[in-house]
Amino acid sequence: MILAALAALGLIVADHRYQHLGALRATLAVMVYPLQVLADLPVRVARKAQGRLADERMLREQNEAMRRENLVLNARLQQLVALESENMRLRDLLGSSFRIGERVLIAEILAVDLDPGRRQVVVNKGSRSGVFVGQPVLDANAVMGQVVRTNPLSSTVLLITDSEHALPVEVNRNGLRTIARGTGVGQDLELLHIPKNADVRVGDLLVTSGMGGRFPRGYPVARVTGVRHDPDDPFTVVTAEPTARLDRSREVLLVWTLSPESATEALGEARSDAAPGSGVTGPDGRVGGSP
Amino acid sequence: MSEALVRGTWVVFLTLVVALFLTILPLPTAGEDLRPQWVAMTLIFWALALPERVGVFWAFGTGLVLDVASGTLLGHHALGLSLVVYVAVELHARVRIFPLWQQALFVWVLLILERLLALWVLGATGQPMPGLAYWASTFVGLLLWPWLYVVLRDLSRRAGAV
Repeated sequence: MILAALAALGLIVADHRYQHLGALRATLAVMVYPLQVLADLPVRVARKAQGRLADERMLREQNEAMRRENLVLNARLQQLVALESENMRLRDLLGSSFRIGERVLIAEILAVDLDPGRRQVVVNKGSRSGVFVGQPVLDANAVMGQVVRTNPLSSTVLLITDSEHALPVEVNRNGLRTIARGTGVGQDLELLHIPKNADVRVGDLLVTSGMGGRFPRGYPVARVTGVRHDPDDPFTVVTAEPTARLDRSREVLLVWTLSPESATEALGEARSDAAPGSGVTGPDGRVGGSP
Repeated sequence: MSEALVRGTWVVFLTLVVALFLTILPLPTAGEDLRPQWVAMTLIFWALALPERVGVFWAFGTGLVLDVASGTLLGHHALGLSLVVYVAVELHARVRIFPLWQQALFVWVLLILERLLALWVLGATGQPMPGLAYWASTFVGLLLWPWLYVVLRDLSRRAGAV
């Protein structure tokens, strides 16, 4: 008994302080993976059934909506290509290096419940697909979180609403830099250390500032929902709501940021590497960021 | 004899796998706090029923797997489960002859102990503290124990484990 307790304590310390237990965790995780897939099965079957039961009219409507959305997005993309190259040219003139171009891998969230106190999800791509710790995770709308643990077949993603997650952001309107921290309560983020006279308004879009080096710059993160001035607080209390659909997305994007040279390579690679099920798409995962 | 031993081990193993499965099965957000501690309850049952076979090391191993499955620090659940199973094995002779409701109360105390240790680990490693709803699952465990006990007992008898 004492042996087991000591071993458990030792493991806790080792895991918490030194993160040495990757191998042990990975082995156990591979054992647990079938169970996770099994737990995911009811949800998967329900989705399949929903797909089978969809009638023609619904499909037609959905198709039409998607076609329209595609048209709009494509139109915007045309502009984006021109803007991107212009941006690169200007930055070249300024002599500043700028990372652009991303490789994107689509992963699926397994419907598995983890510790209810934390905001984490398991996705079905792991180190075998090249996922690494610290990798940014997005959905179609915005930043969702980052990878905190990788196993051969799956990885754990810490969402931005977890109270241990903080993310360098800037206000899109005026470039005010700050840090968005999860609260672990509901779907809220809070902005840290905003001075009393700072220009933050309800409805402001927050985008990643790229300061931490983890997240590429310019992805939308959240929208400010409340600005409160407490007389006894030296800072303004600002809350924000993530624009990513954290509790509803099923597909997520894992992003690799690439330097300009490797970006062009990866582009060609992604085009030729259209193997079924590999899910690799071109670097067109860029979202938003008003011109 | 040894055949019964192997069969018994299989039953224990399978029930633990089912308990793990129930632990990670997705529930609506409202139900998440009410999820009973399936793994702890199953381990306590086997510690009471087969104290000479299911002991602290079963609990430790299962705890590690549970830690990986639920994405917590390694050892987080292993610590509580080993202690709880130790207590259950020590007191099995006394608890086995309790009436069912009294036994449920005993199990409830063990479940609270397990949660308490997990809470202490959370606090010691500086992780966010859960709210009062954290304790709700022990009450669900208390209500569920008599049924779980009957089901598992029949199962183990039918499998010839006891």
